[in-house]
Amino acid sequence: MRYIEPHAHMVSRVTDDYVDMAAAGCAAVCEPAFWAGFDRSSPQGFYDYFCQISDYEPKRAAKFGLPHFCWLCINPKEAEDVNLAKEVVGLIPQFLDRPNVLGIGEIGLNKNSRNELKVLEMHVDLAARHNQLILVHTPHLEDKLKGTRLTLDVLKADARIKPERVIIDHVEEHTVKMVLDAGHWAGMTLYPESKCSRPRAIDILDVYGTERLWMNSACDWGVSIPLSVPYTALEMRRRGWTEEAIDQVIYWNPAKFMSQCAKFRLA
Amino acid sequence: MTKQQVLDLYFLDARSKLIDLAAFLDRMERAGGEADFRHPALLQAAAELGRPGAGRAKNVLLVLSDPTTEPIPTAPGKGASGAWPGEELRGS
Ligand SMILES: [Zn+2]
Repeated sequence: MRYIEPHAHMVSRVTDDYVDMAAAGCAAVCEPAFWAGFDRSSPQGFYDYFCQISDYEPKRAAKFGLPHFCWLCINPKEAEDVNLAKEVVGLIPQFLDRPNVLGIGEIGLNKNSRNELKVLEMHVDLAARHNQLILVHTPHLEDKLKGTRLTLDVLKADARIKPERVIIDHVEEHTVKMVLDAGHWAGMTLYPESKCSRPRAIDILDVYGTERLWMNSACDWGVSIPLSVPYTALEMRRRGWTEEAIDQVIYWNPAKFMSQCAKFRLA
Repeated sequence: MTKQQVLDLYFLDARSKLIDLAAFLDRMERAGGEADFRHPALLQAAAELGRPGAGRAKNVLLVLSDPTTEPIPTAPGKGASGAWPGEELRGS
């Protein structure tokens, strides 16, 4: 089996997780910028974090033969402070030429507030000006439906954004259709307690097909499982999926989306 | 997959989750104090299981979602509770 982990927060994982992922057939790992579990006190904190995921983390992954890519932004959980967000967004362009940077993400909404929306628009503008791919986080639990709708409105309102260059992550049964109908890619996050379980993610593939859908573990410092994607592939086998169809979902689909950035290369 | 295959693969798991849900509701009955909006929201969502048609997971999620469309003035915090408290309880 081979697969791509398109969404993992490896800065919060131990090196043993890289070993396990490489042993399970991981061919590349992609790390969107996210919340550290606490608010950073200054733009400098983000600068250091961007250095970490664009310089240090690829070296750590390379020790196990894993290409590592990243996405940059100020995440939605720290987007209530618009002035801080402006400063952080101003730091990003100097990193965009780094060899492992794929685009702007994971941007989006958390509580669906006006300031979060402003910061989302700021990021979409940044991506459009620099012709970057976009990776969108959608809110948790009761806020996901509304946040997904608001996000789709923002993307639709900017004529420079090509829908197929945007992946909207953490979709579930009530949001996947609107994302695919808008022409975007959709990501399913395999979490033990929230977002999608393995059987539900496979159900969504059964119902909506395998085009423009990917699966990720979104493993971070919370309750999450770095090998969720290959475990789900095992369950797909038990449900009668062919090896080719599984390979399409867990390897070729993320490869196809991310290859829209010329810097995405598999070893 | 056939219905038989789905049953063979998932029946015991679904059975166990259903009993867990029932036990949770019993635990709520026994517990002291007052429940908040999450308890009635879960009961309302559970009623979706009895409806015919293949949109149950989606409908459960919809019952537990904020149905409004306007952004809120300010984020009250970072977390989410899993059910929508309603306009008046949201805090902003
Ligand atoms: Zn994430």
